[in-house]
Amino acid sequence: MSYHGGIDARATEAAIAPPASIDNAFVEQVRRDMLAFAQLQLRDAALAEDAVQDALTAALTSGKDFAGRSALKTWVFGILRHKIVDLIRQQSRTTPVSAFGGDEDSLDQAFDALFKENAHWQPAHRPAAWGDPESSLRDKHFWAVFDACLTHLPKNTARVFMMREFLELDTGEVCSAAGISTSNCHVILHRARSALRGCLEKSWFLAGERPC
Amino acid sequence: MLNCKDATRRMSEAEDRELGLGERLELGMHLALCKGCRNYQQHLQVLRDACRGYRDELTNPEKE
Repeated sequence: MSYHGGIDARATEAAIAPPASIDNAFVEQVRRDMLAFAQLQLRDAALAEDAVQDALTAALTSGKDFAGRSALKTWVFGILRHKIVDLIRQQSRTTPVSAFGGDEDSLDQAFDALFKENAHWQPAHRPAAWGDPESSLRDKHFWAVFDACLTHLPKNTARVFMMREFLELDTGEVCSAAGISTSNCHVILHRARSALRGCLEKSWFLAGERPC
Repeated sequence: MLNCKDATRRMSEAEDRELGLGERLELGMHLALCKGCRNYQQHLQVLRDACRGYRDELTNPEKE
């Protein structure tokens, strides 16, 4: 897109006369949610910004007559999902996703440390039931912890996990976009889940007193 | 007989592919006998719900 993009977009906007409810404040709010969504998955601020910009530009220049705010938001998130997978696919062509690396090693070591020699739980680490998860899911402090745990995952692990759980691609599509074998895909997904489980346990469910 | 570490791996794979009958039976037997792994299974369920909730929160078209 050229530097005249802004002017073109304004002209198009005037031509299609979006409903009054789609004002700048609303677009800004959607943009923030899209950026958070893209950043969690791509783990690259510049790439996330590009994906969001492309999706928003596509929406505002589509000439589509959105029947209000929710139709617009649903539509741009649909576009954004495709952009994210495309970007991951492009990148994995040049830089293949590796199932193993330094960060992944330390996650695997932390996981292995939960088990005895015979691969049964260490008594001190045997999982205990998490009390009242439903009320956690209604607590805004829980979501801050969850966000921090997701952000803490190594980049490749996060991308594979997020494609599966946030973009809801099936496992075959995830492996193909990441350019990895099915068995590596399973290794990465298991690693991500056990790391997130450990993070939530340590930072939330066993963390004791929390701010109310 | 599955050990706990293999059971955690199989519980994760069960979310991403259809397990064979033998695999399901082995896992079921292990879970019947192992409270720690049943709790791990609960944790995976909470994690799944959390992912769904977080995604819906970001993408929810009705949010103001």
